[in-house]
Amino acid sequence: MLPIELKESLKTRIEQSSHPKELVVDVMMAVQEHYGYLSDEALDESAQLLNLPPMELEEIATFYTFIYREPVGRYVIHVCDSVVCWMNGAESIQDYLCRKLEIKPGETTKDGLFTLLPVCCIGYCDRSPAILINKKVYGELTPGKLDSILEKLRKEAE
Amino acid sequence: MYPQVLFKNRKPDRITTIEEYQQNGGYEALAQVLKNKSVKQVKQVINDAVLLGRGGAAFPSGVKLETVAENAPFPRYLVCNADEMEPGTFKDRVLIHADPHQLIEGMILAGYAVLAEKGIIFIRPEYENAARILEREIDIAKQAGFLGSNIMGSGYSFNLDVHRSGGRYICGEVTAQLNALMGKRPNPKQPPPYPTEKGLWDQPTVIQNVETLCCIPHIMKNGADWFKNLALTKGAAGTKIFGISGKVNKPGCYELPLGVRLSEIIEKHAGGMTAGSEFKACLPGGASTRFLTKEFYNIEMDFQTLKNAGHRLGTAAIMVFDHKTCMVGATLNLMEFFARESCGWCTPCREGTQYIKDLLWRIENGQGEESFIPLLKKICKYLWNAYCAFAPGAVSPVESLLTYFEDEVMEHIEQKKCPFKT
Repeated sequence: MLPIELKESLKTRIEQSSHPKELVVDVMMAVQEHYGYLSDEALDESAQLLNLPPMELEEIATFYTFIYREPVGRYVIHVCDSVVCWMNGAESIQDYLCRKLEIKPGETTKDGLFTLLPVCCIGYCDRSPAILINKKVYGELTPGKLDSILEKLRKEAE
Repeated sequence: MYPQVLFKNRKPDRITTIEEYQQNGGYEALAQVLKNKSVKQVKQVINDAVLLGRGGAAFPSGVKLETVAENAPFPRYLVCNADEMEPGTFKDRVLIHADPHQLIEGMILAGYAVLAEKGIIFIRPEYENAARILEREIDIAKQAGFLGSNIMGSGYSFNLDVHRSGGRYICGEVTAQLNALMGKRPNPKQPPPYPTEKGLWDQPTVIQNVETLCCIPHIMKNGADWFKNLALTKGAAGTKIFGISGKVNKPGCYELPLGVRLSEIIEKHAGGMTAGSEFKACLPGGASTRFLTKEFYNIEMDFQTLKNAGHRLGTAAIMVFDHKTCMVGATLNLMEFFARESCGWCTPCREGTQYIKDLLWRIENGQGEESFIPLLKKICKYLWNAYCAFAPGAVSPVESLLTYFEDEVMEHIEQKKCPFKT
C-alpha cells in the first residue's frame, strides 16, 4: 500500500488537473519511485488513483523505457548503445560492467544494488561513451572511472 | 568568430540567470511585442524571417503558426518538443542548460502569436536535469511577471508547464507526442485533422522544437532581414546549432551560420579529426539522414543545399565516421535503434525494421549473401509506405549505405567476415 501522504498528494494533483489523464506517466513514475518498480499491485493502485482500467495503464507502462514492470536494483544503469557511443567503445563499457557486476544486460546483481539495461541514445554524444545511473549522466567513461563510480554508489548504499 | 545569437549568454559551467539574460536584452522582445505588435504582425515577422523548424523537418515556423485559424476555438496550446532522442542529437539539452529564459521567452512569444493560453514543454526522462532547471526558471519568470495572467499589463495570459515523458523515440513525432501528452499510448496519428486544428484535447495546438522557439525572441527584437542576413547562403536564414560528435577532437555544440561548409565545421570548430583518423563519412543531421561521403566534404550546410544534393540537414547533428569505422556495423547499430524504437503500430515498420536489422547483422557477421543487397533495397522501398515518417527515416542510412558503400558491403559478403575486425 502507498503511504497516505503520497496517495493524498497524487490525489490532489489529479483533482486539480483539468485533464487527469495527462498525469498517467507522472503517477506511475511516482508510484514506481516508492516501490522501486511498477509491480502489479502498484499498477492497480495507479489505475485506481486515476480512475482508469488497469489494462489501459498496462499498455502505456509497457511502452515506456523508464517504467519498469519487473523488479530492478537500487541503481539502474542505462548503458547508451547508440551509434556515437558504439563508435567510442560502448560495447567494452558494457562488457566491463557485466564482468565487474557479474551479471548480463537485463539482470540485477545478487545484492539487489545494480541493474544493467542497454538504452537508446541518451543525448550525451559529446561526452561518449556515456551511461545514466538513476537518470544521472556519467560521460567520457573509462574502466577506472566506472570503478570509482560503482565504489561511490556502494558506499552511498551502506 | 561568427555572431553568437542563441549561445550569446552561454557559459562553460552554469546556466544563465534571469538577471544576466535581461542585462543582455532578454525579455525586451516580449515587452516590445506585447506593447506594439498585433498577433498578425508577429506571425508576419516570423514568416518573413524564413525561420525553418529546427527539429529536423524544416517546416516553416511562420506557416505553422498561421495554420491556427483566427477564429479557431479556445483554449489553444503551444507545445515545445524537447524530446530529442535521435542518436547524435543533443543540441536542445545544451540550449536549455545554457539559457533557459531564451526558451521561455520564445514560448511566450510563439504562444502570443496564436493566442495560446498554455504552453507545455514535453521533455524526455534522460534530460531530468533540464526539466528541473526549466521548472525552477519558469517559477522565476512567473515571479518576474513574464508568465501568468495579464503579462506586463497587456491583457495576454500564458502559463507554462513541464511534462515528463516515460521515454520513447516515437514521442518526438508530433501526433505521437500529443497522444503521449493526453495519457494515451503514443502511437502516431495520420492527419487530417492537423494538430493546429485539432490537437491536444481536440483544441488547436502548435508544436515547435526547442531551437526553433529559441530563435523567436531574437527575430522579434532584431527583425526578419537581420535574421536572414545571418546565414551565409542565399535563401537560408539564421544561425544553426551544429552538434558534432564521433571521430573529432572537440565534439560539442557550435552555433554557426547556416551555409557554413562541412569541412570548416570539422576542421576549424570541432578541432579536426582525431589522431590517426581520416574522414570517411558523416550523418549530417541525426540517425534518420543519409551518409554524406568525402565528395560532399565541402558542402554548404543549409537545408536547401543538402536537399538539392539528395540529402537532409535534419537536426544538423553531425556524426563523423572515420576510415577505421565499419559502415555496415554503424548502419546495423542504427537499425538496432530503429527496430527497438519502432512503436509497432504498423506492419511495414514493425516487421521491416527487424528484417533489415537481421540482414545487416548477417552481413556484418559473415553470413551475408549477394542476394541480400537487392532484398534490402526492396524492403527499404516498402518501408516508405509505413504509417508515419519513422520508417522512411529509419531506412535513410541503409539506402545510403547501399548507394555509397556497396563495395564495403560486398567485401563483408565475399570475405564472409567483417573486414574491419581483426
